[in-house]
Amino acid sequence: MSSNLINSINGPVVTIKGPTDLTMQEMVYVGSKKLIGEVISISAERTTIQVYETTTGLRVGEEIIGTGAPLSATLGPGIISNIFDGIERPLEDIEKTDGAFIGTGSSIPSLDPERKWDVTIKVSVGDELRGGDIYATCPETPLIEHRCMVPPNLSGRVSAVMTNGQYTVNDCVVKLVDKDGVEHELTLCQKWPIRVERPILKRMPIERPLITGQRVIDTMFPIAKGGTAAIPGGFGTGKTMTQHQLAKWCDADIIVYVGCGERGNEMTQVLKEFSELIDPKSGQKLTARTVLIANTSNMPVAAREASIYTGITLAEYYRDMGYHVAIMADSTSRWAEALREISGRLEEMPAEEGFPAYLPSRISQFYERAGYTVSLNGAEGSVTIIGAVSPQGSDFSEPVTQNTKRFVRCFWALDKSLAYARHYPAINWNTSYSEYVDTLNRWYSANVGREFMADRQRIATLLHEENDLMEIVKLIGSDVLPDDQKLVIETAKVIRVGFLQQNAYHAEDTYVPLEKQLGMMKVILYLYDQCAAMIKKGHAISAILETGIFGEVVKIKYDVPNSKLEMLDDYYTKIDQALAAVI
Amino acid sequence: MSLKIVGLSEINGPLVALDGIHGAGYEEMVELELQDGTTRTGRIVQMDGDRCIIQVFEGTRGLSLQNTTTTILGHPVEMSLSKELLGRVLNGSGRPIDGLGEIYWEKKEDINGKPLNPVSRTYPRNYINTGISAIDCLMTLIRGQKLPIFSGSGMQHNKLAAQIVKQANIAAEEGQEFGIVFAAMGVTNDVADYFRRSFEETGVMDRVVMFLNLSNDPIIERILTPKCALTTAEYLAFEKDMHILVIMTDITSYCEALREFSSSKGEIPGRKGYPGYLYSDLASLYERAGVIDTAKGSVTQIPILTMPNDDITHPVPDLTGYITEGQIVLDRSLDQNGIYPPISVLPSLSRLMKDGIGEGYTRADHSAVSNQLFASYAKVQDAKALASVIGEEELSASDKLYMDFGKAFEHYFLDQGFDTDRTIDETLDLGWDLLSILPQSELDRVDNKLLEEKYHPERGAALLKEMRGEA
Repeated sequence: MSSNLINSINGPVVTIKGPTDLTMQEMVYVGSKKLIGEVISISAERTTIQVYETTTGLRVGEEIIGTGAPLSATLGPGIISNIFDGIERPLEDIEKTDGAFIGTGSSIPSLDPERKWDVTIKVSVGDELRGGDIYATCPETPLIEHRCMVPPNLSGRVSAVMTNGQYTVNDCVVKLVDKDGVEHELTLCQKWPIRVERPILKRMPIERPLITGQRVIDTMFPIAKGGTAAIPGGFGTGKTMTQHQLAKWCDADIIVYVGCGERGNEMTQVLKEFSELIDPKSGQKLTARTVLIANTSNMPVAAREASIYTGITLAEYYRDMGYHVAIMADSTSRWAEALREISGRLEEMPAEEGFPAYLPSRISQFYERAGYTVSLNGAEGSVTIIGAVSPQGSDFSEPVTQNTKRFVRCFWALDKSLAYARHYPAINWNTSYSEYVDTLNRWYSANVGREFMADRQRIATLLHEENDLMEIVKLIGSDVLPDDQKLVIETAKVIRVGFLQQNAYHAEDTYVPLEKQLGMMKVILYLYDQCAAMIKKGHAISAILETGIFGEVVKIKYDVPNSKLEMLDDYYTKIDQALAAVI
Repeated sequence: MSLKIVGLSEINGPLVALDGIHGAGYEEMVELELQDGTTRTGRIVQMDGDRCIIQVFEGTRGLSLQNTTTTILGHPVEMSLSKELLGRVLNGSGRPIDGLGEIYWEKKEDINGKPLNPVSRTYPRNYINTGISAIDCLMTLIRGQKLPIFSGSGMQHNKLAAQIVKQANIAAEEGQEFGIVFAAMGVTNDVADYFRRSFEETGVMDRVVMFLNLSNDPIIERILTPKCALTTAEYLAFEKDMHILVIMTDITSYCEALREFSSSKGEIPGRKGYPGYLYSDLASLYERAGVIDTAKGSVTQIPILTMPNDDITHPVPDLTGYITEGQIVLDRSLDQNGIYPPISVLPSLSRLMKDGIGEGYTRADHSAVSNQLFASYAKVQDAKALASVIGEEELSASDKLYMDFGKAFEHYFLDQGFDTDRTIDETLDLGWDLLSILPQSELDRVDNKLLEEKYHPERGAALLKEMRGEA
């Protein structure tokens, strides 16, 4: 077979003339610098390859070498606490070889080949193993026990096992003979093609919430474990801030944070903050449960396209071990733009706004990899996807937002005017929705309080009524409204400022347990009910407002510490006293 | 390697095609020699078999298929670097045009740069005091940040940039040098001259490297200008340990040049005809700001862009806003009311501000006062909107108070003028005095302890009285 030579170069897209022995989506090494690339189209005339690194200096006539395997992620201990680029190259090791600026053609193994892990073997000679079965474990971080699983497409009888002890990722720990009599060596790591979903036994119904400690999310628009959510918002509305808050506080076992085409300084901030912050639930550093994938906006565009798949593959791998994984993708719009950019270089026929026609199918393929599942070894786990969307011109009717909306069940719309008023998180309660409210009803009733969802509905109704009343207020001012409607507006203000608005920099307010969320709702509703009764009796709302009780309820979020929820009970007496004073 | 080829195969706008090329690399430089002995430079932008497409920086006027000899230089476009660049004026592709002779270079660097490893970055935290209240208090500039000015034609963005240069205390530590890299892309001669004069008046001219690509210079050269400027900035910051402020004006012209180039190449256009890779291209400029672990210097960027038709959703400001760490938005109606600097506070933002202010950086109460000013000024807009419907007379007492607060805020806080340089203490105290115009119950972003210390209704009332007295 004659060697494959480069025939044309256009940005990250390289072609070979004539038929080749390369297969679709095969990973290749391009040119003398061995840049990493992937085959994206094959025809009788030419084979097209996208290159994951900058092609400057590449020459026509240089050789392209196939690897015989699709672009794959290496899965094994050492992933957690690490930071990778879009094709799973460890950035810290690249820094050691290349310095502060990333060079080209780095062929550094994803997982440290030197590091020894404290391995416990879980099988013995003669055991029958199927794909997904756990044959060895080792502590990966203080929080995470790594469970090595037989690759899904392999099964057989154990023919040899090593003793428990120290091994590197590439050491053979178990030997397996399949039904054809071929012996396979199982090491601590395995490869899996990033664009292929990892197989599972079955999907489970989604009925447990992912608790985030953010009131507007947990109470108003909850997300389930194994669910999907999108956070769309123009620049400066706090998408990244919201993603950071969720990554810090949500009750998943493992967080995969994909910085896809975003700012370098933001990734540095995540790195720094997560290595300093202590998770209150486990007492360990947040990095002990976090993987970062950083493909910043100035890193090669093709690797940006791959970074989303790398992230979800790592998430699925840990899900199969029986962990609850949440993946934050910031931002999926940059990924869609990478698709557009490559599609443009391929001179494909564009659909809406220059995006390729296959955009919706790619988006749905990605979000469909979320779910609450039973893996091949019987362990329950979940992958929750939370994707940020950066709509062009803050216009939610653009293709990426619209197509994402079709495939996610939770939509947290960030609002510019709320962000301008520094109301954070700037999730607009009128345009956001969560389809999980009904499915999670049972869990909330059983675990937080039976009245939780009913109270939530009353809060939502008050906000909705306020929205209608504001239409009138905008036209003629609030003075003309009758007192009972003024009360709705005042109560809604308490809900907005005292409940929905949450201060990420305040020690008590940054994470709020569900019990306090329910307690706060109850106090607010009690205040509303008591005032409504007073107004019915003919008391003026202005007199009630003068007592300052509304302001006091607003500050509950700061004044009642999460550890002293019994203090909430005092507020009922305070409200009664304040209102008694009016009479 | 240096190959010489006689003749060209095709000329189309700024692009020429050459056949029969072997051994040339993608994005490498070429030199075109005309019959009259003049030379032009170009870059390979596409390769297909033995055919190369080359963009010619100086334009293709006077070229024919026969009269040109092309030399493949075998290296990418490079910038000659040396500390001697300080004080010099260069053209858009980095050659001196001030008549002071050639520059003796210490090293040459590919202008495309390499992506900075996120692991090697230091998270920027040191604030730069600009002496402008609106910026220092509400959208604090941090060393290593990229904070663009979103403006429109006819507004005073250049004056604001000049004032920042004049007042900014970029090198706070002892022994650290500072420098300015100024890149003009498609601006008029007057604007370039304005900056040159203001640098001279401030006495910083010998610390400035000026790159000038004026509006009548070739557009292909314009595409190189910011890359040359940023390569210089990175060299001075990360190898010579200087604190560098990069001012790039006007990014919109740069993007238009990119669009012109892209369409002449026959690429599929994205939004408003701009190429689909505009985001990646802009990111490759803006992301070259920062601080790294291994060097003492820093690169801070203030790109200036004029929003076509004052439209913030236009692709250029829109994509810029998604990459940069905040933005300073100028407002035409403030400008028309004679307020300088006409900073529109609400849409402006500095993302890095939260970690660079407060105890140990500026002052402990900084974030409280800035949050409250934002929230209160947002309510002023509601009151204004209502007033425009029902008239100011009909407003409720509290809305009227907000209107007064808004006027005082614009009069005292924003409208500080070109020659006023306020310290951070002056700015923050002024903020508290303005907030004291409002009743204490309206200040819901501040905790009670701080209010007791800082809330002085008599000072607020005095400000109002003074303002009315003037009016």
